Amino acid sequence: MLYRETGQFKRNYAADQQLFPIFQDKILLGVILTVALAVIPFVINDYWSKAILLPFMVYSFIALGLNILVGYCGQISLGTGGFMAVGAYSSYKLCTAFPEMNLVFVILLSGGCTAAVGVLFGLPSLRIKGFYLAVATLAAQFFLIWMFNKVPWFYNYEMSQITAPPREMFGFLVSGPQASPTAQYLFVLGFLIVFTWIALNLVRGRIGRSWMSIRDMDIAAELLGIKPLKTKLSAFAVSSFYIGIGGALIFHIWLGTVEATEAFDILQSFFVLFAIIIGGLGSVLGAYLGAAFMALMPVGLKVVLVDGAGMAVDTAKHIEIMLVGSLIIFFLIKEPHGLARMWQITKEKLRLWPFPY
Amino acid sequence: MKLTRLALALGVAGLFASTADVPSAQAKYDAFTVPSLVYRTGAYAPNGIPVANGFLDYFNMLNERDGGIEGIKVNVLECETAYNTKQAVECYENTKNEGQSGALAINPRSTGATYALIPKTTEDKIPLLTLGYGRTSAANGKVFPYIFNPPGTYWSQATVFIKYIAQQEGGMENLKGKKIALVYHNSAYGKEPIKTLETLAAKHGFELMLLPVDHPGQEQKATWLQVRRGKPDWLLMWGWGVMNQVAIKEAAAIRFPMDKFIGVWWSGSENDVAPSGPAAKGYLAGTMHAPGSNFGALEEIRKHLYAKGKGAGEESRIGEVLYNRGLLEAVLTAEAIRNAIKIHGTTDIRGEHVRDGFEAIKLDDAAFKRLDLEGFMPPIEITCENHEGNGKIAVQQWDPDTGKWTVVSDWIEPMRDLVNELVSEDSAAFAAENNITPRQCN
Amino acid sequence: MEFLHALLIQPFADMVMEPAFFIETLVKGLMAGVLYSLVALGFVLIFKASGVFNFAQGVMALFAALTLTGLMELLEPSGMPKALIVILAIAATIVVMILLALIIERLVLRPLVNQELIILFMATLGLSYVLEGAGDLLWGSDVKVLDIGLPTDVWDINGVFIEQLDVTAAIAAGSLVAVLAVFFTKTRIGRALRAVADDHQAALSVGISLQQIWVIVWSVAGIVALVAGIMWGSKSGVQFSLSLIALKALPVLILGGFTSIPGAIIGGLIIGVGEKIVEVFWYSVHGGAVENWFAFMLALVFLMFRPQGLFGDKIIERV
Repeated sequence: MLYRETGQFKRNYAADQQLFPIFQDKILLGVILTVALAVIPFVINDYWSKAILLPFMVYSFIALGLNILVGYCGQISLGTGGFMAVGAYSSYKLCTAFPEMNLVFVILLSGGCTAAVGVLFGLPSLRIKGFYLAVATLAAQFFLIWMFNKVPWFYNYEMSQITAPPREMFGFLVSGPQASPTAQYLFVLGFLIVFTWIALNLVRGRIGRSWMSIRDMDIAAELLGIKPLKTKLSAFAVSSFYIGIGGALIFHIWLGTVEATEAFDILQSFFVLFAIIIGGLGSVLGAYLGAAFMALMPVGLKVVLVDGAGMAVDTAKHIEIMLVGSLIIFFLIKEPHGLARMWQITKEKLRLWPFPY
Repeated sequence: MKLTRLALALGVAGLFASTADVPSAQAKYDAFTVPSLVYRTGAYAPNGIPVANGFLDYFNMLNERDGGIEGIKVNVLECETAYNTKQAVECYENTKNEGQSGALAINPRSTGATYALIPKTTEDKIPLLTLGYGRTSAANGKVFPYIFNPPGTYWSQATVFIKYIAQQEGGMENLKGKKIALVYHNSAYGKEPIKTLETLAAKHGFELMLLPVDHPGQEQKATWLQVRRGKPDWLLMWGWGVMNQVAIKEAAAIRFPMDKFIGVWWSGSENDVAPSGPAAKGYLAGTMHAPGSNFGALEEIRKHLYAKGKGAGEESRIGEVLYNRGLLEAVLTAEAIRNAIKIHGTTDIRGEHVRDGFEAIKLDDAAFKRLDLEGFMPPIEITCENHEGNGKIAVQQWDPDTGKWTVVSDWIEPMRDLVNELVSEDSAAFAAENNITPRQCN
Repeated sequence: MEFLHALLIQPFADMVMEPAFFIETLVKGLMAGVLYSLVALGFVLIFKASGVFNFAQGVMALFAALTLTGLMELLEPSGMPKALIVILAIAATIVVMILLALIIERLVLRPLVNQELIILFMATLGLSYVLEGAGDLLWGSDVKVLDIGLPTDVWDINGVFIEQLDVTAAIAAGSLVAVLAVFFTKTRIGRALRAVADDHQAALSVGISLQQIWVIVWSVAGIVALVAGIMWGSKSGVQFSLSLIALKALPVLILGGFTSIPGAIIGGLIIGVGEKIVEVFWYSVHGGAVENWFAFMLALVFLMFRPQGLFGDKIIERV
């Protein structure tokens, strides 16, 4: 009933090709965008910005990138933390070397740097597959973190803990301590909307289809004339581009200061991988849902256990870790294709609900 | 994407409805809010627990015994960070506006969290107390008005260690030609003393050998092979967590003389030496306060809390090095709150007032007597321009037979000239980079 | 020029000039390698029999060691002789690990039969969270001293120091492998295990119970984890960081191959020796702390030539 598609005809190719062909989806999207753009900016405060919305949006962005590599192209990578660090440190270098450069360009360029590094570390994927590749990408993780900690050039010969200098957009500070939560939120939201739109179009286009054919069976894809070199490396490049931007956003907007060994350690790689698997491999929506699950659930549990039930912080934390672990297992068992798949099933049920036959 | 955002938006709206009743200027507060960012879980929990307990116990004791500070109870809000900067940021944002007073002082207890919070607390006008860790150049109160790092920085400590070594070797001139190795946690924290040590090495003609150990430091065989090969005369260590325990054990295994092995004050707790057993005999570590539990204030804690079953930890662990460190954090915070009330003549204080309280901290022997902590530490005095407080540092030694640390050196004065020079250099660079005009102190 | 000299000539010159030190580095590298192998062994056992890349192996080592120290503390006041306490506690810990295997099989593995490998991998990561929380909740987060009477002294052989604890670990690893080899080749269950490893469906069709086999494999991996936990825990004390040793086992795994027990041992030795020699003799080039990434790079180089690891089963792909 709620999701009835009957009667929504597509009369030309353009209508058939649109991103959100179903009328109800358009309404939902409109509502969400209205809330995100017209309501939240006016009510957001420091806590909601720094503890909830920024982590959620930044991790959604990174999950989007990793999902392109793992979910669409089938190459498991555990080097995410390292690539995030590339984004953060290259944006720091760019930002301090060219103080006049607009932050948007700084961040886009640092995404570009990360893409180059990603391609380099993606080369072994042509020969190594599956878990062997996953573990091999850890070489990138450990090497990059070591490098950013070791080579003083990357942190301008000061402390290896880098701090984001204040930068403005349209006269509003978006990085640095004086930046208002609204400006920071809108800045990240802008990136998120634009790049979600790009991702949605990428994965349904020619390049996205070639990724998926490599994922489903690389030999067969090769026989069909899809070049593994170009396809795999392009997936590494695009994915690293997103992840690098995510890292730069973590550094400039969310935390304002990072240290490679701590902010981008291997646990980050697992964290994002979790997000896309819980959310749904090979689904843009899944990246959002998974990031929401991983970034918001611990905060939610903490609020419930400590503020609600009045538990001691350490007991609460242990229980929280156990609950997160159990929920992960639960969701994997219940729906191995992730929350995105659950939403799809729900939507199908909603076609008839509440009046099934 | 859709539902989650919607729910979030509703949540945001809801939150605003509930926090709309901001405290107005009314009668006395019910309680002062003092957040405590703790890590009782995760890889560094063994060190985090005693610090958190010491902090909590002291304030609870004040609440039980005196009814708080000036008759207003202190509400210690613990928030678990697991030694993770991202969670620390969440904790800070979550606690900074709690209660009528808002957070009066923040103890972040990690280098990463300190760096993340320095600009924010400055903006929010909440003092950040980083007792013996954090950003060294924050000692310059003109550039860092809200950051306090008493009673000594890592740079001060490094100079004290070199002074101690010189004492043992019979004078500064005997340092010439000696080899000193630094085993350090490969992070911003561990790298802190390098610059100071390099300066000193050039000045006094000793050779410095740098040996980084990656987190977590469970496996250090290569590092200790280097020590075997380089044969340093003295070893310094800037370690944290499991790295300390393994390092001490490995040092014993290569038969390095323990009384020539000095750890930073974060590498000198009971936890660190315990797994080595008798092999750790003679191991040295820096300290800012006396070890042990023979202090009146600790007796009070036993009497008012543990006797009634209200203690935060096990009674036997009162007086451990890190417990006393947590206690000292609480003592300084409490003292700053008292000073703030005195200076501003009101109990309606907020973070910015407590900052003034910190800058009026002057603890001499008489003051420590008043606090029931006679002989706990040498005098410190924090001022507007000096946030380090000119503390002195001693070296303590571990004796596994008695299970106790004993202070074996005098309280040594750091090489102030050298450290101050480095501090003003570094803080000037920070001020330039972040467009800060140093404030005036009079 | 100077850099090239430091990179290409000096290290080798040092090795020749300081033979005793070189030997000591080799020995320590081998010993470290053995300790890595102990962890990697648990991974291999489970991967071989069920295709699960069990990331919880490190946390299982922590959990086992925590349980062991906890039980020893509980038994301490009974006044029994130390040796008896140790034996009882170890026996009880083994029982706990077997129970754990039963629970894991029932609650995690069985519902996930036939899922993609990455899903199973993620499930074990979830499992590691649960065990991490449970271990801390049950036994506390303090550093616990683990002393089951292993020798801790050092042998000094002509200036080459060898730690007795390391030798013990090597002996333990050696005997474990020997016992496992006998178990795999000579016993009925062992042959069933190999059948399962070769082909799940074929094994099922001749009446081998997969579930039973999985419980056995996870129990054995639990016992291997206990041994690893004891060896690592004796050195550093039992604490949370113990769970991170899993990371040290990963390069060993890909180097040796996920499916080969000898591969785990030889991979461990190669990694151990390789990283120590590079760390120590090339110190002037890189300035230290390169072990972590170097191990992976070394493994990566081997993989370029043999994508399935040194001893792994050949990957055959068909369209």
